[in-house]
Amino acid sequence: MNASGPGHFNAANLVRAHEIVAQYPKPKSAILPLAHLAQDQDGWLSPDAMREIAQLVGETPAEVLGTCSFYTMFKRTPCGKYVVSVCTNVTCLILGGPEILEHLEERYADDGDVHVEEVECLAACDNAPSMQVNYEFHEHLNPEVAAAIVDDYKSGVLTARGVSGGRTR
Amino acid sequence: MTATETRLVTARLRERPEDSWTMDGALASGAYESLKQALGMAPESIGKEQVAASGLRGRGGAGFPAATKWSFLAPDSFPRYLVVNADEGEPSTFKDRMLIELDPHALVEGIAIAAFAVSCHLAFIYLRGEFALGYERLTDAIRDAKAKGFLGANIQGSGFDLEIVVHRGAGAYICGEESALIESLEGERGMPRIKPPFPAVAGLYAKPTVVNNVETLATLPHIIAMGGERYAELGVNKSTGTRIFSLSGHVKRPGNYEVELGITFRDLIFSPELGGGTPSGRPVKFFIPGGASSQWLTGSDEHLDAPLDMDFVQQTFGVMLGSGAVMVYDDTVNPALIAWRLAKFFAHESCGKCTPCREGAGWIEKVLYRISHGEGRPNDLDLLFSVGNSISPGVLNAPFTQTTICPLGPSAVSGVASLHKYFREEVIAMCSNGPRAIPVTAGAMQ
Repeated sequence: MNASGPGHFNAANLVRAHEIVAQYPKPKSAILPLAHLAQDQDGWLSPDAMREIAQLVGETPAEVLGTCSFYTMFKRTPCGKYVVSVCTNVTCLILGGPEILEHLEERYADDGDVHVEEVECLAACDNAPSMQVNYEFHEHLNPEVAAAIVDDYKSGVLTARGVSGGRTR
Repeated sequence: MTATETRLVTARLRERPEDSWTMDGALASGAYESLKQALGMAPESIGKEQVAASGLRGRGGAGFPAATKWSFLAPDSFPRYLVVNADEGEPSTFKDRMLIELDPHALVEGIAIAAFAVSCHLAFIYLRGEFALGYERLTDAIRDAKAKGFLGANIQGSGFDLEIVVHRGAGAYICGEESALIESLEGERGMPRIKPPFPAVAGLYAKPTVVNNVETLATLPHIIAMGGERYAELGVNKSTGTRIFSLSGHVKRPGNYEVELGITFRDLIFSPELGGGTPSGRPVKFFIPGGASSQWLTGSDEHLDAPLDMDFVQQTFGVMLGSGAVMVYDDTVNPALIAWRLAKFFAHESCGKCTPCREGAGWIEKVLYRISHGEGRPNDLDLLFSVGNSISPGVLNAPFTQTTICPLGPSAVSGVASLHKYFREEVIAMCSNGPRAIPVTAGAMQ
């Protein structure tokens, strides 16, 4: 561990990080929110970021990795600009979710900016099938509509959240 | 009589779709009036009199009486914490997300009332990580409530102080289990704790902690406004009041419907103002009455005419109203396929702490996969029963038994139990015909 601090967060996010830690009676509680902050800043949760989080909360980097590796939203390898989360749980299953997943996986197989993943129920079953792009909901989909939405993010017609769903990149 | 909605908790968001989540919209429809009223009451009387009289039971899944839960708090032990379970992840449940996105002030008001009632000054909302819009709506609502003196120091001149922290999860269904949620909130891997001690004695940071669901808390302002006894006049038996049911699958009008408890499943699924029946006009083959963790019911008259009464359905059919998610399937759906997909969910979401769940859920998924994809073997249903028996001895018991720390393990067996009870012949036939192609979305609509 680098005792002088890796200096990973940018200035604004470092201020925010200290505010987050101060919200909790015990600093370790800030691991998840700080990991979201780092992921929105960097587009993934890097070892450097986890080292700085460790310093901010007074734990070892191994403790931070131990916690973060439990949670599927944290991407510990670079995953591109857009995390496309397609639900295939039961309501989406009977209404065409798997076909959307298959279509997007094929279409963006070689696209480094787009990370397509199968996810569990997103709580949008009334408008199934559904997906999220960087945690923005998109509902009432079919394969073509879903692909058009992803393309709109890529071309800038739609503005994406951060990779952890935050507003700041 | 045609069953309709009875809107209390959903009144604001239905009546003011243009601005229900803003402070102006909320104030214009009576937000924070109940908080002002509550602040004039003796704190302990809110639980012991109003909430106890209302009969309010937890809306997250277990249906435990809310006032009783509060009464378990270790006396004279401070600080104590209120933790809101907003980690909605039970498949096909989408009511809390709606409340958070469209009426965050109802939740904030409910938290303030509950915190005042149990003398807590720091509350946490553990919000499902994927709810990015919900996070913004909640943090804005808390900021605005603070500016208006409904949160912060000396709320409305009462001398009562309260801060609320919104804490995002990061994609783990198990964190909806209250002790796993607390672990996660402490910055740990979200694995359930062995109980006792229960959170009311040693919860967050080993302090007395109440964990309440979003809808439970959003109901409190209405209980204060109406009075607990009047609230209890709604509903049926010990299932008092209204509940929001998330209706999905093969219904014409999927959505969240707030109805008085005691109407029947048939009302909910078929009433033209509620589900409206199946889009194809085909019969309901089966439905899952209370989220993926519940065992299933079929389209028989006996099941469709059962009332939405938490105790009745448990005692009569061994199912639960659980999280309030009702998933409907018409007769084109292969029940083994639904059982497989739910088993896949539980296998994925098992935290890995207890061997029967970690290993067993995975095996159930594998066997159900081959059954539902035309590769079933003649004794597969018995094999499933044997695996299920290691997780939830007896398999068909209600309430279920468990060899695991938390109920996720037995939940993974619900599909197996339901296939065994209602579709045994169909599954055995599926397994006896040798490998054959069964469409993945067997007759998917549209």
